[in-house]
Amino acid sequence: MRKPRLLRCIQLIIMAAFAIIVLAGCENQFLVLEPRGPVAETQYQLIVVSAILCAIVVIPVIILTVFVVYRYRDRPGNKAPYKPEWAHNTLLEVVWWGIPVVIIALLGFYTVKATFALPKPPAPTAIKVQVTSLDWKWLFIYPEQKIATVNYAPIPAGVPVQFEVTSDAPMNSFWVPQLGGQVYTMPGMAMRLWLQADQPGEYFGQGANFTGKGFAHMQFKVVAKSQAEFDKWANQIKKTAPELTMDGYRNLAKPGLADVMSFSSYPEGLFEYIVNKNGGPNHKHHSNNHGTGHETEKHDMSGMHKHH
Amino acid sequence: MWEKIKDFASTFFVTGDPLIYGADVAIVLTTFAIIFVLTYYKKWGWLWREWLTTVDHKKIGIMYLIASLLMLFRGGVDALLMRLQLALPEMHFLHSEHYNAIFTTHGTIMILFMAMPMMFALFNIVVPLQIGARDVAYPFLNALSFWLFFFGALLFNISFVIGGSPDSGWLAYPPLSELSHSPGVGQNFYIWGIQISGIGSLATGINFLVTILKMRAPGMKLMDMPMFTWSVLATCILIIFAFPILTVTLGLLFVDRFFGGHFFTMDGGGNPMMYVNLIWMWGHPEVYIVILPAFGIFSEIVSTFSRKKIFGYKSMVFAMMIISVLAFFTWVHHFFTMGAGADVNAFFAVTTMAIAIPTGVKVFNWLFTMFRGRIQLKQPMLWTLAFIPCFAVGGATGVMLAVAPADYQYHNSYFLIAHFHQVLIGGVVFGYLAGIYYWWPKMFGFKLDERLGKWGFWLWNIGFYVCFMPQYALGFMGMTRRVYTYGWDLGWAPLNFTSTVGAFLMGAGFVFQIWQIAYSIKHGERDRTGDPWNGRTLEWSIPSPAPHYNFAVIPQVKGPDAWWEMKKEMQQDGTKKKPVQLKPIHMPKNSGIPFIMSVFWFIAGFGFTFSWVWMAVFGLIGVGICLLARSFQYDTDYYIPVKEIERTEKALGRAV
Ligand code: HEM
Ligand SMILES: [Cu+2]
Repeated sequence: MRKPRLLRCIQLIIMAAFAIIVLAGCENQFLVLEPRGPVAETQYQLIVVSAILCAIVVIPVIILTVFVVYRYRDRPGNKAPYKPEWAHNTLLEVVWWGIPVVIIALLGFYTVKATFALPKPPAPTAIKVQVTSLDWKWLFIYPEQKIATVNYAPIPAGVPVQFEVTSDAPMNSFWVPQLGGQVYTMPGMAMRLWLQADQPGEYFGQGANFTGKGFAHMQFKVVAKSQAEFDKWANQIKKTAPELTMDGYRNLAKPGLADVMSFSSYPEGLFEYIVNKNGGPNHKHHSNNHGTGHETEKHDMSGMHKHH
Repeated sequence: MWEKIKDFASTFFVTGDPLIYGADVAIVLTTFAIIFVLTYYKKWGWLWREWLTTVDHKKIGIMYLIASLLMLFRGGVDALLMRLQLALPEMHFLHSEHYNAIFTTHGTIMILFMAMPMMFALFNIVVPLQIGARDVAYPFLNALSFWLFFFGALLFNISFVIGGSPDSGWLAYPPLSELSHSPGVGQNFYIWGIQISGIGSLATGINFLVTILKMRAPGMKLMDMPMFTWSVLATCILIIFAFPILTVTLGLLFVDRFFGGHFFTMDGGGNPMMYVNLIWMWGHPEVYIVILPAFGIFSEIVSTFSRKKIFGYKSMVFAMMIISVLAFFTWVHHFFTMGAGADVNAFFAVTTMAIAIPTGVKVFNWLFTMFRGRIQLKQPMLWTLAFIPCFAVGGATGVMLAVAPADYQYHNSYFLIAHFHQVLIGGVVFGYLAGIYYWWPKMFGFKLDERLGKWGFWLWNIGFYVCFMPQYALGFMGMTRRVYTYGWDLGWAPLNFTSTVGAFLMGAGFVFQIWQIAYSIKHGERDRTGDPWNGRTLEWSIPSPAPHYNFAVIPQVKGPDAWWEMKKEMQQDGTKKKPVQLKPIHMPKNSGIPFIMSVFWFIAGFGFTFSWVWMAVFGLIGVGICLLARSFQYDTDYYIPVKEIERTEKALGRAV
């Protein structure tokens, strides 16, 4: 009796798997499904809508498969009709060309709408943060506060934040799942992404595009604080933290891992310098269009233009 | 002097890892074993005459099949190593550089050196037989394609023990893949391994397109062709337009690396975004290149094992053609987050979703082929039935990925990984396996054992869901692809562990299949009829395995399902096939040039990889000489006399 034992074994494995998944579901956070800001919220809604629209086709297909196989199995005495030459029916075929067309049209409509809507923040962005991916750490520059941090990024909660991203290392991707989807960081280009955290809190962020040896360790925290707390924090850094010199930056940019760090100042125009030294000038006209689509107004372009 | 040699050897050979030393030992032992067996049984001549120089499409197909199964093994071991490393947080099983090399070789091997040759195996074995031809249009070129693939794959694979493996991902985005960030030879192995086998792939595309267009049996109109042949036609068109893009892209990357060019560097006026665009202009069509033949296989199997005509033949052909056109207009969906702007993203989101329409239509047509049929759950049909729900879900998650703003959240996450494995395993691998089970008796004259096959089937299927369903969830939990480790604090551990269990179940399934093959060679049910499944298309009208000229007499075709109709006619007449006049058969002669020329390509590729110009030049000169030698070869064909045909047919139990 080999089969039953195998089946029982398989059953056990499946049950164990389910148990693990269910348990896992209780403990952990499905970050993408728990949005904490308007961008992530819109994306979450699209995820739900698209999943439902797909399910409308997929679930009946699976049921139909099971039904057809069950009913038309080649068993002695099966009374279901057998029509070996029946191979065409215009009405049926129109139906199943039609259903997917309608569903895709619907989904396409929502997609296009959101694609054009998302790049524009509802209010003018309140603060700018310049992000640079390095091998293998994140540098955040606050041009308005004139401070900089490594591997953590405080922001004020409740207001749209303009991130400007580039890379002084291979191309990476800046992703904070609970605040919203990612954008590539590319050498020589300054791309933009606005995000907002509705409530104060700590949000997990990480590099999403492979950049070599230390890539797995490129995680950071976005820390949303009330405006008052944020200002207090910035002042605190301004007073107590060391400065980031040009040599300090060169050291920081060398391949290797880094802890959380704060700097009370940085070399004037550092971000623009990083973009330019990686071939930014060759791509000036591009960076207008390559604002990730998450772009605000065109004239409010990255500092690299003003810098010349 | 000694010091110098030691120095050289320590960079030339990969050192410092027990896994690698193990592989070294295994390679040396296997090589010796093979040499010993061949010498002991005096089989060198046989190997050369029957295999290395053959231009017979059936033998070339079998060689493709063996090579692809070996590569499936290698890629599978890579996969298991990765899953072991990820089974628990903060594992120290593989260090980062090693992990990076493994996911790079896994991806490259599975797509280019496993899926592609397995597909070419089926092209070779089936297409000429299905259209009633005696060989492909260009048999010599066909052999050359195989050997180019073989030596390209070999070049890529030796990077494991010599020089070091590539480690910048299966698509090698610059600037990571440029000299500045990947100074080792691994990336060169990648470029030359793919370039050499890529020439072969392109040639195969041309070869089969011409074969299908020009060599069909008299009376077989395009709209009478079996669905598999249609799918090969569509695939060939895709190959012909897509592969040159790959060749040019990697060519430019080579110029950057070898001559210090600036095509894809930011300084010097190049642009890495250009590479990303180019590689996906090939890469997206490539995924459809591998899936379309699987669609064709499913169509054949569904119809045969439901004992019913394929439903909506015209719709099926039309759907396939739309897919192959649309496949060239969706590439941007692989980098929605690169900032192309809302208009561009919107366009490519819609074209991508649109592909799901013809794909969905095909699923309905398969279902309605079974509807009112009589379904036999033989092995090929089992895999087909497993494919339908699996692919439906994979297609659905593809559509979800196509929603550009939502893709900002999926991109580069495990959700994406789960999607493409679901379509690639559930679609391509299940499809090719179904095809192998289906045409195995035609290749070798016996069926594969059902009982062992079912073990393999269930392990693969259960393993698949256990492995990849958790990965969708991991994507939602924010886990990104290509991380070699993760922390305890993220809560990714249980799902990762589950996923690893699933991977090993699939591995066990593969072991059962190998056992199944070994077992069936001795004990498998022999096929003496040539038509073990009660088939519908011409390949089943001839003995299994087919004689090397395939058809003693080229059949006259009157419509679709040619063999099914012939069988019906014969039944009505109450007669067997009418005796026919045999004529001498015109066949191509074997040639050693494809093999030798590919060896020279290998030498050239190896030289370029290590920047040993003398060696590269030597190899290229060898290639040139082979080309010249071939152009002055006039005695390239011969006739099989009628007597010999009669003898062969009689031995195969066919009255002539
Ligand atoms: C219904 C049809 C399909 C749709 C709508 C679809 C959509 C997509 C999208 C939008 C992506 C990019 C996601 C991202 O990078 O963020 C993607 C990735 C991918 N798809 Fe599909 N897909 C479909 C079918 C297939 C099929 C049939 C295959 C292969 C047989 C396939 C293989 C892949 C692969 C290999 C990748 C990612 C490769 C990589 O990034 O390394 N897809 N798909
Ligand atoms: Cu694609």
